[in-house]
Amino acid sequence: MDNKIDIKFKQLKERGKKAFIAYLTVGFPDIETNLRLVLEMERRGVDIIELGIPFSDPIADGPTIQASSQASLARGTTPADALLLAAEIRKHSSIPLILMGYLNPFLRPAPGILAKKLSRAGVDGVIIPDLPPEASDSIRLPLKAEGIHTIFLIAPTSRPDRIKLVCEKSGGFIYYVSRTGVTGAREDLSRELEMKVKGIKKETDLPVCVGFGISTREQLLRVWGTADGAIVGSALIKPFLGETTPARGLKKCLKVLEGMLQVGSA
Amino acid sequence: MKKRFKSKFGPFGGKFVPETLMAPLEELDEAYRKYRRDPDFRDELKILLTDYVGRPTPLYFAGRLSEYAGGARIYLKREDLCHTGAHKINNCLGQAILAMRMGKKRIIAETGAGQHGVAAATACALFGLDCEVYMGAEDMERQRPNVFRMDLLGAKVIPVTTGSRTLKDACNEALRDWVTNVGTTYYLLGSTVGPHPYPTMVRDFQSVIGREARRQFKKSPGGLPDYLVACVGGGSNALGLFHPFVKDPVRFIGVEAGGRGIKTGKHAASLGKGRPGVLHGSYSYLLQDRDGQIREAHSISAGLDYPGVGPEHSFFKETGRAEYVSVTDREAIRATVKLSRLEGIIPALESAHAIAYGIKLARNLKKNKTIIICLSGRGDKDLEIIQKA
Repeated sequence: MDNKIDIKFKQLKERGKKAFIAYLTVGFPDIETNLRLVLEMERRGVDIIELGIPFSDPIADGPTIQASSQASLARGTTPADALLLAAEIRKHSSIPLILMGYLNPFLRPAPGILAKKLSRAGVDGVIIPDLPPEASDSIRLPLKAEGIHTIFLIAPTSRPDRIKLVCEKSGGFIYYVSRTGVTGAREDLSRELEMKVKGIKKETDLPVCVGFGISTREQLLRVWGTADGAIVGSALIKPFLGETTPARGLKKCLKVLEGMLQVGSA
Repeated sequence: MKKRFKSKFGPFGGKFVPETLMAPLEELDEAYRKYRRDPDFRDELKILLTDYVGRPTPLYFAGRLSEYAGGARIYLKREDLCHTGAHKINNCLGQAILAMRMGKKRIIAETGAGQHGVAAATACALFGLDCEVYMGAEDMERQRPNVFRMDLLGAKVIPVTTGSRTLKDACNEALRDWVTNVGTTYYLLGSTVGPHPYPTMVRDFQSVIGREARRQFKKSPGGLPDYLVACVGGGSNALGLFHPFVKDPVRFIGVEAGGRGIKTGKHAASLGKGRPGVLHGSYSYLLQDRDGQIREAHSISAGLDYPGVGPEHSFFKETGRAEYVSVTDREAIRATVKLSRLEGIIPALESAHAIAYGIKLARNLKKNKTIIICLSGRGDKDLEIIQKA
């Protein structure tokens, strides 16, 4: 039980609290700002950080994360930068770190080497949206041997047999996709959300966190009302788009975060 | 029957998609398994292929072209004579009938050269289905006639301005649309790529090309051709021609787009210069960089301008069942002119790649050898590009 994600959820449970998981795109607007942002986020109460490795063809992402990924790749960001950033964060903080990325870049190194590299960088979990659990063993098992969780997703379209399969293979928590579609802010969350989350909880003791389309305090509270945590991405990336300097984007992003968490400037 | 439904070809293929799409892919797999042997389904498709598409398409002995090459006898499988001007309609009608059976009323498709988009729009007009086609902005510019055709057929063409603004990006957008509108929408994929069951299903619908060619050739002395040659982007016309010959002693040659030359890095030769990876839901050869980012492909022909390739082609490459070569933009243009002048047939730039290699191959073979080249589409859409070249 020394995975930092597990420890975090245990602590939150003891305090009767829910998790806030923040996504950021590695290398957007730049690595230095990523590092500052993570530390500022932690001070404001963010529980877990998801570091998104930019990919050329992010089919599960909406316009905001697409734009941030393209900008980051244009700056020359590589998967190795994500590990450097993780290691840098680890020097200053013990916040749980999840690496999120599409499958193809993960296939480059041999699985055992990949797992060792991730472990050395202080990564606690991975999310690979285009890796289905049934085809995941060659990546998942070496990671598991290093104490790193592979977190799988359940979608509104998942049939009962798949929900069972995901619950069986997933580590750390279950990522429930709030509604069909790509990432990005939406006006409303699905009416079925509560029912779906309850259904998943019947299948597993793992925490269930909800992501995709959460951008307001109201949506956050609704998710927290039923699930163990909420994942917020696009809403925290948007403030950086079109900003002239990273510092201004950072300030605006933290304002959004403070609004959602209802905390004052630290 | 189960055996034929493997989701993989050796290590290639599979279903690498976001979880939201796993259920609709299973639903599609189930529907296809059910209907592919259903007599009503088969009859409906057969009648349309005959009366609407104009099948069987001729297998034409290209006498002047053969004479020019000065070696083997060259036959052309005339898919350019299909309604809409390319082989794409074979697959679109099959999938449109399937979509009707599944009760889906909204069809989305991706297109590169616009041939698949036009075929999808045609099938949708025929069945009264809503049709939206994603097309890279650069491709819309270079294949304008097909944009007008889709519009006239009542389809909505949605420009894609992300990435390289070509076929790869059109696929990304189509997948994003599908993941969002999964309940109402049928994704009519145009080639033997993507997640299972598409590579198998599209190959099956295109296999009518090879079945006919086999039957037509059987009548000639010798019974079987020595070589089959077809261009390979995603690879559907090639697999359609090759597959019915898979157990025969016939050599398969797939011709990839060499763009400005495969040494320049500006090409679309995924099998020749790529390595295996995952794009658009399947594991197959890909153009990618050291970090696993997908590289942009380059070809004068929009239909071959794709950094991936169908997983079954990767399997054929690994097992040696087929060999893969490439032809440059310039060679393809020259072949277009040659075929036009010698046979009075203007090929699509995609198909011209197969013609170019077919001529080279014939030249080095004895006169008693035979080659069938898949002339997958006609060249009207490319006149502007050829004028400029």
